[in-house]
Amino acid sequence: MNPMDRARRELETLPAAAGNGLLHRRALLRHGAALAGAVLGYSVTPLAFAQQLTEDSWSRGPGTVVPEAGLRSRFERDVVRTLSNPKGEPRTQHARTPHHLVNGTFTPNSMHFVISHAGDPDIDPDQHRLLIHGLVKQPLVFSLDALARYPMVSRMAFVECGGNSAPLFSPQPIQATAQALHGLVSCSEWTGVLLSTLLDEAGIDPRAKWIVAEGGDAPHLSRSVPLSKALDDAMIALYQNGERVMPSNGYPMRLLLPGWEGNMNIKWLRRIQLTESPGMTFYESRTYSQVLPNGKAYQFYFLQEVKSFITHPSPGLAMKGPGFYEISGIAYSGNGRIAKVMVSADGGKTWTQAALQEPVHSKAFTRFRAPWRWDGGPAVLQSRAWDEAGFSQPTRAQLVAARGQTDGVPPVTAFPSQHYNAIASWSVAPNGEVKHVYA
Amino acid sequence: MSTRSLFVAVFALSAALVLAQAPNLGKPASPADIAAWDLNILPDGTGLPAGSGTAADGARVYGTKCAGCHGPEGKGGTAAKLVGGEPVKNMSSEKTIAGFWPYSTTLFDYIRRAMPFQQPRSLSNEEVYSLTAYILSQNKLIGQSDAMNAQTLPKVKMPNRDGFIVRFPERTP
Ligand code: HEC
Repeated sequence: MNPMDRARRELETLPAAAGNGLLHRRALLRHGAALAGAVLGYSVTPLAFAQQLTEDSWSRGPGTVVPEAGLRSRFERDVVRTLSNPKGEPRTQHARTPHHLVNGTFTPNSMHFVISHAGDPDIDPDQHRLLIHGLVKQPLVFSLDALARYPMVSRMAFVECGGNSAPLFSPQPIQATAQALHGLVSCSEWTGVLLSTLLDEAGIDPRAKWIVAEGGDAPHLSRSVPLSKALDDAMIALYQNGERVMPSNGYPMRLLLPGWEGNMNIKWLRRIQLTESPGMTFYESRTYSQVLPNGKAYQFYFLQEVKSFITHPSPGLAMKGPGFYEISGIAYSGNGRIAKVMVSADGGKTWTQAALQEPVHSKAFTRFRAPWRWDGGPAVLQSRAWDEAGFSQPTRAQLVAARGQTDGVPPVTAFPSQHYNAIASWSVAPNGEVKHVYA
Repeated sequence: MSTRSLFVAVFALSAALVLAQAPNLGKPASPADIAAWDLNILPDGTGLPAGSGTAADGARVYGTKCAGCHGPEGKGGTAAKLVGGEPVKNMSSEKTIAGFWPYSTTLFDYIRRAMPFQQPRSLSNEEVYSLTAYILSQNKLIGQSDAMNAQTLPKVKMPNRDGFIVRFPERTP
C-alpha cells in the first residue's frame, strides 16, 4: 500500500469521539500532516489528482508598488460588512461582521461591526475634549495630547450589540448567514488609559454610584454605567488593533466596558458625569430594555452572557462532498474566560469537547475547533460554551421559555428583543447545503 | 515609631509614588466652562433648566420641526409614533412613550440632546418644554393647559413606571 493510501485508510478508521463523525479534538495533532493534508476546505475541490504545476503568470515579472496603507487582495472584494442603511437615511445604521468569511480571534478593523444611531461624526482629534465632572472633587478636561502621556494598558475584548442574534427570537428559523444572524459582535485588542486613573485624578465624591457617559456624535448618545464597573476594568480606548480607533468605532476615543452591552461602550466619548442615580437615558429606559412574556421588562441587563456559534461550516458555505472538515467557531463571555466548548454533529444527542485556541483571553473571542469526518448524510451542528464563572449557554427552548419569542416571523434586521445567547444550530444536507435550523 | 505607624508611613509613601506616576494633566473646569455640555437630566429633575412651555406652543413647533418624520399629531411616520400605544404585553409589543417609558424626564433629555434628527440642539429650552408638554398632553398624561417646567415635569408619573425588573441586582447600585 502506498503511503498516501495508508494515511487515508488510517483516517477512515479513526475512532469517533461523538455521533455522526466527530473526531477527538487532538486527532489532527496525533495524525499530523497526513490528516491535515486530507482536511478539505469548504471551497476547495475534493481530493483528485493535482494538475501539472507550471510557472504562474503573476510571478513572471516584478509586482506592483507597495501601498502606504495596506489593502486586501482584489480577490477578497466580496468580504465586506453588510449595511442596513447604505444611503444614510435619517435612522440607525448597522454594519455586520462577515464571520463566515474571516478567521482567527480578532476582527480586522475594517470589518468590525458598527451601530451608528445618527452617522459617524468627523471629529478633529486636536479639538476633541473629554470632560469628567459631577460628583468629583475637581471637574477636569482632557485633550488627546494629554491622554497620550498617561500610563496605558492593552487588552483583548469583544464588543457585542445587546441585539446581536435577535433574529433567533423568531418562532421559525430565519434563513441567513452567520453574518446576518450573529454579525453584531467583533473582537479587538484595545489600547488606552484606564478610566480609574482619570477618576482618581478628578477625585471621586463618596456619594457617586454611577457614571453617565456621553458621545460627541449628533444625538450625544448617553448611557449610565455603575461606578463599580468604571473602576473595575473600564478603559478610555485610543487604539484598536494597534491603529487609532476607527471613525465608526468611536475615533478618537471610546469607552470600553469589557464584556458589557455594546451600546454602553460610548463611542466618540466626550463627557462622563458622576451621579448618585442613573440617568434613565433613552437607550437604557426604552431601547435596551427587554419585554418579557409577562409584560414586565428587564432593565440594566449590562452583561453579554456566554455564547458561541459555528462559523465554518455555516449557511452560505456549502460542503464539497463527504470527507474530513474542521468545524470551527467563536466563543466568548462577559463573565471572563471561556472554559470549555462542546460540539455536536447530531443535533445535541452526543457531544465532544472542541480544542480551544490558546491563549484564551478574558472577555474576548476564543476560537474553537473540532475535526469532523462527514459521511455525506444529514447532520445538525451545534456548539455550546461554558465560561470560567460556570455559566453555560441555554438551549433555545430554555431561553424562549424564560424570554418568549416573537408572534410572527420578523425581518432579519429587526430587534424584537436582545441578549439572545442560546445554542444555535446548522443543518447539513446530503447535497452539502448548510441551513439555519432549530434543534 | 511603632511597627504599625511605620507600615502606615511606608504605605502612604508608596501610594504617593503610584499617584506620582499619573501625569495629572487634566485641566480644571469651572461651572461656566461646563455649562454648554451639561445636558443630563436625572429622573428627580436634576439638571432641568429654567423655562416653561405648554402643549399649545408645542403643537406649533411640532408641526414645523417634527411632523415630517413622526407624522401629523405624532401618530408615526418614517420615525416612531410619539402619541398613542398600548401597555406592552410581550416582545412583539411596540415600545411607546405612553405604554413603556418609565420616566417623563427622559423625554426632555432626549428631545433636547437628539432631536430634530437633522439639527440636534437647535431648539431653545422653552421649545423643548413645550414639545414635551405637547407629547405628554396628546398622550393624556397631563392636562391640555398644564405647563411643563423644572418643577412640574419630574412629577408626571408615567403609566409603566413600575413595569421594570433590574436584570442583575447584584451589579446595579
Ligand atoms: C428627520 C427625521 C426626524 C425628525 C425631523 C425628528 N425626528 Fe425624532 N426620531 C427620528 C428617529 C430616526 C428616531 C429614532 C432614533 C433612534 O432610535 O436611535 C427618533 C426618535 C424620537 C423620539 C423617541 C421615540 C421613541 O419612542 O422611540 C422622540 C421622543 C422624538 N424623536 C422626538 C422628536 C421631536 C420632538 C422632533 C421635533 C423637534 C423630532 N423628533 C424630529 C427621526 C426624526
